[in-house]
Amino acid sequence: MDDSLVLGGETFTSRLLLGTGGAPSLEALERAIVASGTQVVTVALRRVEASTTGALQSVLDRCQVKLLPNTAGCMTAREAVTTAKLARDAFETDWVKLEVIGDDRTLLPDPVELVEAAERLVTDGFTVLPYTNDDPITARRLADVGCAAVMPLGSPIGSGLGIRNPHNIALIREAVTVPVILDAGIGTASDAALAMELGCDAVLIASAVTRARDPELMATAMRDAVAAGRAAYRAGRIPRRWHAEASTQFEGMPSL
Amino acid sequence: MKITVNGSATEVAAGTSVGDLVRQRVDDRRRVAVARNGEVVPRAEWDSTPLEEADTVEVLAPVAGG
Repeated sequence: MDDSLVLGGETFTSRLLLGTGGAPSLEALERAIVASGTQVVTVALRRVEASTTGALQSVLDRCQVKLLPNTAGCMTAREAVTTAKLARDAFETDWVKLEVIGDDRTLLPDPVELVEAAERLVTDGFTVLPYTNDDPITARRLADVGCAAVMPLGSPIGSGLGIRNPHNIALIREAVTVPVILDAGIGTASDAALAMELGCDAVLIASAVTRARDPELMATAMRDAVAAGRAAYRAGRIPRRWHAEASTQFEGMPSL
Repeated sequence: MKITVNGSATEVAAGTSVGDLVRQRVDDRRRVAVARNGEVVPRAEWDSTPLEEADTVEVLAPVAGG
């Protein structure tokens, strides 16, 4: 059965989006991208340093994945909107991973600025994928203004703390009809599987792969975890029970 | 004339266009974006957009991130 992810009107067979930041080298990054099977990778725009840009361009060309520019580091709606427009011009895409953070210690989203930026970008024709708090109400507001997905955090960016509030992630899944992509906080493969088991449509992982001791191997682990978690979600887990329920019948037990 | 490029004071010849500036700064012009005084200068308008005294320009290129 076809189980493709439909995101922003496009169809993907992989449910793993990969962030590119934090890799020890471009070679390691490229191997991780390939191993992950991802079809979407995030990139950022920064002031030109002629020495560093050429090699990344080549990696992006070779991998032939969809590029999802982000607005990382932006702290106001105005800044994020301008950055998204610059990214649209640079990458020739109207897709944007919208990040509007509240401070640089927690990197947590500022929901007020975020919703405002999302609304302005949707009006301007962008396909907006907002990085948001694990708050169902904010997620609903983002979906209401026309975002193509919502991307709640599991825990702070780069923390590797996993999904701190699985209940809220499940509530977000109930609260919106657009795809839910768990973004940030994943530390290892079981976190990615849990996200998918909670009903997320995809996960976006950067640090857990790029900063692993072996990014390529971790990318493989994440690919498998996302597939396993998704299959488990579709298969339907058994209910949790307080007491045991025998899986072998008692009837016919011999008298010994 | 004096302009600011990526946060640094810079002297450029009168009549320099945004396109000229990008050519001076970047080998690979693909996936590059320019903001002039806080507004996007679309790629198609780089060559027809002259720089003016005291302009603040950002020339941006892809980096790994996110």
